[in-house]
Parts: sequence; C-alpha cells; structure tokens
Amino acid sequence: MLKIENLKASVDNKSILKGLNLEVNAGEVHAIMGPNGAGKSTLANIIAGKEEYEVDHGTIELNGEDISELAPEERAHIGVFLSFQYPVEIPGVSVTNFIKTAINENRKAKGLEEMPAKNMLKMIREKSELLEIDRKFLSRSLNEGFSGGEKKRNEIFQMAMLEPKLAILDETDSGLDIDALRIVANGVNKLKSKDNAVIVITHYQRLLDYIVPDFVHVLHDGKIVKTGDASLALELEAKGYDWIKEEMIS
Amino acid sequence: MDLKEKIVSSYVAFEDGVNINSDIHEIRTDAFQQFEKLGFPSKKLEAWKYTSLNTILKEDYSIFPDKEKSINLADVKQYFIHDIDTYKVIFIDGKYSSFLSETTHDSIDVCLMSSALTKAKYKPVIENYFNKIAKQDNLTSLNTAFSKEGAYIHIPKNTEVEKPIQIINFTTGTEAATMLQPRNLIVVEQNAHVQIIERHQSLTENAVFTNVVTEIYADRHSTVDFYKIQNDHISASLVDNTFIEQQSESIVSVHTFSFGGNITRNNLNFYQKGEHIDSILKGITIIEGKQHVDHHTLVHHIEPNCESHQDYKGIFDERSTGVFNGKVIVEKEAQKTNAYQKNNNILVSDKSTINAKPQLEIFADDVKCSHGCTIGQLDEEALFYMQQRGIGIKEARALLMYAFANTVLESVKIPEVKSRITKLIANKLNVNIGFNI
Repeated sequence: MLKIENLKASVDNKSILKGLNLEVNAGEVHAIMGPNGAGKSTLANIIAGKEEYEVDHGTIELNGEDISELAPEERAHIGVFLSFQYPVEIPGVSVTNFIKTAINENRKAKGLEEMPAKNMLKMIREKSELLEIDRKFLSRSLNEGFSGGEKKRNEIFQMAMLEPKLAILDETDSGLDIDALRIVANGVNKLKSKDNAVIVITHYQRLLDYIVPDFVHVLHDGKIVKTGDASLALELEAKGYDWIKEEMIS
Repeated sequence: MDLKEKIVSSYVAFEDGVNINSDIHEIRTDAFQQFEKLGFPSKKLEAWKYTSLNTILKEDYSIFPDKEKSINLADVKQYFIHDIDTYKVIFIDGKYSSFLSETTHDSIDVCLMSSALTKAKYKPVIENYFNKIAKQDNLTSLNTAFSKEGAYIHIPKNTEVEKPIQIINFTTGTEAATMLQPRNLIVVEQNAHVQIIERHQSLTENAVFTNVVTEIYADRHSTVDFYKIQNDHISASLVDNTFIEQQSESIVSVHTFSFGGNITRNNLNFYQKGEHIDSILKGITIIEGKQHVDHHTLVHHIEPNCESHQDYKGIFDERSTGVFNGKVIVEKEAQKTNAYQKNNNILVSDKSTINAKPQLEIFADDVKCSHGCTIGQLDEEALFYMQQRGIGIKEARALLMYAFANTVLESVKIPEVKSRITKLIANKLNVNIGFNI
C-alpha cells in the first residue's frame, strides 16, 4: 500500500529524514518508535503533505501512485489520514459540521453526491458510540477547550467517519489516561481490516499492548535503523534506545 | 464645474419641486448653507483621515435623476428577502415604486417620506423628530438640504410589527452617473417592536453615489432590529449616516454586512437618553480588489446603567482597505455603564490594509469598558488540519473565515436574513459549501 524509498527531507534547509525506507501492506499495523528528534512526526507530516517539509530525494507511493506532489486534501481523498499529535482548535466550527463538510468534500472529489442527512446522522451515531463520545460533545466547537483525551478521541472519531486506507496515528497515546487509551485503541482495532493499514507513531510501548503491531521500526537520526516484531517494542521499553545506537556504531 | 459647485448651483431647480414656504424647507435651506460652507469632507478632517472620497467626487453625477424607469420584479427579486412576508418601501433611482412596494397605514405607518413631509396628518411627528438628531456635518447637511424622499416608518406604542420592513433603493443607470440622497425617518413608540432590512442596490455599471441619512427614535421599552445589507455593485459608493436616539429600557441593534461596493462609509451614531438601555452594533466586512469599507461608530452613554456591545469582524483580501473607528463616550452621570467593543480583522493578503482606532472617552468612575482589537492572518496549522481531512484549501479558508465572522451572525434574529447573509458570504468567498454551523 505505502512504499517509501530512500526518502530525504528537510525543513528550513535542515535535513531531517536521511534516506528512509518503509513498506506497509494492506492489513498490517506498523509501529514507529524512536527517541525525540529522530524524525517521527516529520515522517507523518510528509506523508500527509504538509507544505513546510521539503522532499529532497526519494519517492512516496500509495498503491503505486507517487503522492509526493499532491496537495494534502488530494492525499486525503485517496485515503491518507493523519491523527494529529496536537489537533488544532477551530472556534466557530462544530465537530458535527466539520466532519459533515469533510465527508462531503471527500465524496465530491470522488464524483459522488453529498451523503444524505439521514445516513450521515446514522453514521455519526454509530461511530460516536464506538468511541464512547457524548453527543453533546459533537455540537461543540472543534477541539476548542477539549481536554487532551477528548482531542485524541475526536481524531479517532474522524478517522472512523472517513474510513481511510492508510491511518497514521502520531503520538495518539500522549495525553490519554488509561481508560481513554483503551477506548481509542479499541476504536482503532475495530476499524482495522485486511484492506487498510495503520502506522502507529509512539514513544512508549503501552499503546502497543492494545494495538498489537505486526512490525516495529526504530527511527533514529532520519533513518529506520532496526525492524522487528512486537517483541522489539518490549525490548525498547526495558532497555531504552542507547543499545541500538551502540549496535549501530559497532 | 466640480461636484460641490454643481450641487450648489442646482439648488434653485430643486426648490421648484418642493414647497418652499414650509417649515421643512427652512430646515433644508439651513442645511444647504451649512453644506455650502463645509463642502465635501477631505482627508484633512480627522474623521476622514483614512477615507478619501476624491475618486468618486470626480464623476459627473446627475443630481436629480428624473427619467422614469420601470424594472421587472423578476430582474430584482434576488435582492429581496422574498421567502418571508414583508412590508416593502422600494425606490427606483430615488423615486418611489408603488409597483414593487407594499406599504401600510393599518395601525402603523410604513410609507413615504414625501408624504410625511407634506401631509398635515404627519406634521406632529415630523415637527418632533425630523432632523432632530442628525448631525450638522458635511454630508448629513447635504442630505438634509435635498431631503425629499425615503422611507417613513411610525410604529405606535404597544405594537409588535409582525412582518419585517424592507427598504431598498435601486439604481438603474439611466444616467451616466447617479447621486442619491435618500432620507429615512423611523419613530418607534413605547413598547413597540420592529425589524427593518435596508439595502442599496445598483443595477448598472455606471457610477452611483448614495448619501443616505436615517434617523431612528426608539422610545421607552421599545425594540428595533436593523439589518444593513451592503453588497452593491463595484461601481457604487455609499455614505450611510445613521442616528439613533434611545429612551429608557429600549434595545436597538444594528447589523451591517459590507461585502460589496466601491467606497463604503458607515457613520453609525447611538445616543442613549435614558437608563437601562442596550445598544448593539455588529458588522461583518468581507472585501477584496480595491474595495474600501469604513466603520465609524459612536456610542454616547449619557445616563447611568446602560450597556453597549460592539462586535465588528473584517476580512480583507487583495488590495482592499478597511477602517474601524469606534468611539465610546461615557458621561460623568453615566455610572454603571457597561461598554464593550471588539474589532477583529484578518488580512488575507499582504497588500490589504486595516486602520483600527478605538476611542474611549470616559468621565464616569464606576464603569466597565473594554475594547479589543486584533489583526491577524488565517491560521496555517488550522488550514493544514482541514486539508488533511479532505477539505480543499479554498473551502478550508472559507470555513475558517466564516467561523471567524460567525459571532456576528449569531445575534441575527430573522432566520431568512441569516441564511441570506450566509449565502452571500459563500458567494463572496467563491465556495459551494453549506456553513450550517
């Protein structure tokens, strides 16, 4: 599904990704771990198409199509979803209206009619139940005054509504207490299928207790330096990252 | 001949059409002298520092457009709020159109200034209210000197007017350039309630310069909701002079939606002559190109225990320019005044300009007065967030701008006006999305 080859990228002329390779197939869950400043969020933002990041070299392909020149909304239309580490507050736009607009803009891009209001309501009802979201919450301004946990839950709610092919969860576990973490992880698991893929970016192993990855990658200094299965995450949790750096040097 | 000279020398001709022996004409000729003395305002005047009328004063205006022109309802229907039942006072090139209007004398008067100024039965009201609060400044005097036609609305006490009243001035462009001086008088007696929608609409590419004066008197415990829709043709300029006097416990709100026109200047003046008064001044300005919109507001707090709420939002693209000058005077006697003023602006383009100037003159010591003025850009992070969810950049920007302006729309009480304004905003921002927030 996603194929990244020898990706080099920079922001403000500062090189951040230095030859990254990653291949994610449909039906898989990949975890990307690594110390601060390794380039994890940069990778997420580059796949989503954030403008400040400059792709200097390499390719990003989604289902065989090079997406590196596409606008963020075009990437969204073909199924890329990024759950933001820091979801943006948008006063004056309600959660409901925002998601309705997003769904209909996605449909418009695919040449489909707007979703009938009845279907939209049904879907909102189902997905908000899945994430145990209070209905009142849906009429509030998007992310405005939301707690950290509410923001993250709202991200996964939007993901559930938009049904992306490739979901990237950028530190979705940060700011979540254990109950919220369970709800969010449960939501993600229910949305998982053989046709979509998930990339989980995280510092900590604890989210991976709930969303069990098929692959764990360690990102260090702009490159993936080690790949393993779920047990690698446990090892990192126990031993930290220093042993990997040492392994690299030797 | 410059415009002032042309106007001055045409006054005798104007007098042919009015009764020069009336008291009203005395008021007109006084105002004429005042205008002759002052001429048009220039940028040398502090109040006109950021708004120059020079470009529009160069046109060779026809001062009394008298070619009758009828228009088909189908051609102008779009400018009416037509999905609700309303009274209508409609003018075409400054002349009353009985065909398009729907006036009434059934317990309330919704009719013509020309009748009110000449018929005996209106004399007491005219004597008490006509030109009593209008300022004696340049442009108000010019309007007073030529005051002859406009809307006259008189709501007797304890009357709830069920249908909103629409006042629309159409210009057809039968002349190369048209100048209009509409004059409205609105008297709302005790415990009465009325809603009014005002619009100036040019139907031509030809230049139009409208200098309108509206006096509104809100007696004790009355409520007046006034909506000004300014979405005129790019060749049309407007100076709107509105004067409002409020008695105790009255609530008057004025919403001004400025999306169109060439140069638009709003002089909105509130005088609070009692206690427990609420004055609400709100506006949304969305302009581009070389459009210019200037809001000059004045709230004069004279008595204790009153409130005023101002909320003006501006979005300026390309080379457009905006001015907000909000003056609040709190007299020594006006203790326990709550006066709030907000003016928030987004400069979409780095070539657009806003001049914002709050002016607070407070002589009382036990008051709450606040003003906040912000100038910013659209939040790039928010745009990326919306794009990431599949919303195109144009739509994302529009949604952000709409959300920014929405606090002003929340207080619009007529749903059809609200949805009309929402549509105008979508058109203005060139997007096809529902903002049903």
